[in-house]
Amino acid sequence: MAELTYRDALRSALIEEMDHDRRVVLIGEDIGVYQGTFRVTADLLKRYGPGRVIDTPISELGFVGAAIGMAMLGLRPVVEVMTWNFSLLAMDQIVNNAAKLRYFSGGQVNVPMVIRGPNGAGVQLSAQHSQSLEATYAHFPGLYVVAPATPAEAKGLLRTAIRSDDPVIFLENAALYGMKGEVPDSDFALPFGKAAVARSGRDVTVVAYSRMVFAALTAAEQLAAEGIEAEVINLRCLRPLDTATIVESVSRTHRAVVVQEQWKPFGAAAEIAMRIYEDAFDQLDAPVERVTGADVPMPYARTLEVRAVPHEADIVAAVKKTLGKD
Amino acid sequence: MVQYVDTRSVKTASPRDLSRDELAASLEWYGKMVLARRFEDEAEREFRRGKIGGYLHVYSGQEAVAAGFLSAIRPDDIFFTAYRDHAHAIFRGAAPGAVMAELFGKATGLAKGKGGSMHLFDVAHGFYGGYGIVGGHIPLATGAAYALRYQKTERICLCFLGDGAMNSGSFHEPANLAGLWGKQGLCPIVYIVENNQYAMGTPVERSSAVTNLAGRFSTYAIDNERADGMDFIEVRRLAERVVRRVRETGGSYAVELLTYRFAGHGAADLFQPYRTKEEIAQARSRDPITILEDRLRAAGALTDEQVKRVHADAERAVTEAVRFAEESPPPAPEELYKDVYGARDEDEKTGTRDRGNTGTR
Repeated sequence: MAELTYRDALRSALIEEMDHDRRVVLIGEDIGVYQGTFRVTADLLKRYGPGRVIDTPISELGFVGAAIGMAMLGLRPVVEVMTWNFSLLAMDQIVNNAAKLRYFSGGQVNVPMVIRGPNGAGVQLSAQHSQSLEATYAHFPGLYVVAPATPAEAKGLLRTAIRSDDPVIFLENAALYGMKGEVPDSDFALPFGKAAVARSGRDVTVVAYSRMVFAALTAAEQLAAEGIEAEVINLRCLRPLDTATIVESVSRTHRAVVVQEQWKPFGAAAEIAMRIYEDAFDQLDAPVERVTGADVPMPYARTLEVRAVPHEADIVAAVKKTLGKD
Repeated sequence: MVQYVDTRSVKTASPRDLSRDELAASLEWYGKMVLARRFEDEAEREFRRGKIGGYLHVYSGQEAVAAGFLSAIRPDDIFFTAYRDHAHAIFRGAAPGAVMAELFGKATGLAKGKGGSMHLFDVAHGFYGGYGIVGGHIPLATGAAYALRYQKTERICLCFLGDGAMNSGSFHEPANLAGLWGKQGLCPIVYIVENNQYAMGTPVERSSAVTNLAGRFSTYAIDNERADGMDFIEVRRLAERVVRRVRETGGSYAVELLTYRFAGHGAADLFQPYRTKEEIAQARSRDPITILEDRLRAAGALTDEQVKRVHADAERAVTEAVRFAEESPPPAPEELYKDVYGARDEDEKTGTRDRGNTGTR
């Protein structure tokens, strides 16, 4: 065990995979000489050279598409998008090529690539740089969608992502890069589609992922002070979704709250709530509650931004609602 | 009505004598071009019979372009193209039956009936696909070329694209990458612009502000040239020269080949209001198959008897392809969920056991 930041956990996964597998290459804007906007790739150009740490022009469509072509030929590119917002420029490549190539080629090609970078809001970057795009990508068959919350998850899931034969949408979070946590030393990997129970409880199940896991844990602390024991499930992955763990928990607590940073309509929480209804309707004592971001483009002003993203208080209120205590 | 660009307008090289190798290759590829043409005629017929669904884009008129280049590369080289891809697959050695079966949506098709006309793949022969979004394959081919050099091979990549694709961002962004990487010897790719003069129904001069399409590659420091795309022998000579250069230098290169699509854009393009019958007739007077036939006859290498035999062979091969496609089974129902994710622990990773994927409870 070593204590690492989320950033260094990601970086150590890159280093270990690059050390043992020459097929792994990094590609993105300012990841080499500049060392990465969030310094996840710091120093890697010096270690591996410009053939493996490829600085690109500002050209998402071009370099994401090129990485798909590299993957088709057997490389394992890890693409950095400076933020996931910019991935929209490469959406056609991700959706129409990466996700579907194996299928429409009748299984003749794999696309073993990772696209990684920060997703979500919270640092006053306003409307164009604060989006949470997980549900958008989780909509498409052929993609994995991963959203680690802790440094250990960041490392373990990135390892699995790099070793996967499929394209992986790897969603980090700018507010988490500096967070520290224990990370196992050895050849440590976490499987996709396996959620973690971040806190056990008997009264209500709170489902969250990425940064919202910590809001849920803080809310659970506050609720505990009032005698309400919330179980917090950290999803880790949205596609595949670990429905079994959610349903098992709800079967014990009979209540559920789903938390997401993104907009409410057609979001991840809607899908998760529906899975609960499909598989555990009879177990529910109250409707599933959703805690989400405000349904507006992200405002710049700090006072407004704070109101636009979910907080512990919102989760506490939603939990109480499921318990009829609002 | 726009005046179409006569494909001879850029003809530069005067015919030289055919070398022994060229003669042998030309005879072989004459047969392949006749086969591809006959295949496309039949595909159109089968489409009208309702045997082929979706879209159908035939290659008739443009054969010398793909034939010229595909005859000039090595067996381990690779290529990408767009959706007008049947002839490319056949030229590279795919069984006509497997191509026809794909168009018929059968399990024996090149892509198991899951791709269709626009997504032919034959990776064993270096064919990395047929793509349906105009220009969308250009970034892939560019990255693939980088991978070939990264893997320290001498293999090269061909990227066929249409004149219409050159106005999309998915052309410009990878072209810039190829220029940057090519300067370092890291991008052995030839972009082959099949300028058939129309992007669907919009002529080049109404869709591209600069109509010298080859010259547009200069913007990205990619050397380029423009040539007649109707004469197989000339295209092949050019291809051999260009391919050798790209293989040696690892730099990218672009060729614009002037050609003409004899059929409509797709099967739904019935009336072709954007061009006249006279224009089509004029273009057909330079049919690439006839040009090659004439040159081979002039060289004393092709007799009436041989021509008859080549056509009979093509007829037989296409008849057999249709029979094979007709008699092949459709994909098994369980194919629906296969090939979405990698084979390893597919169920666990994809959640295909979730009822959400079956659409029923």
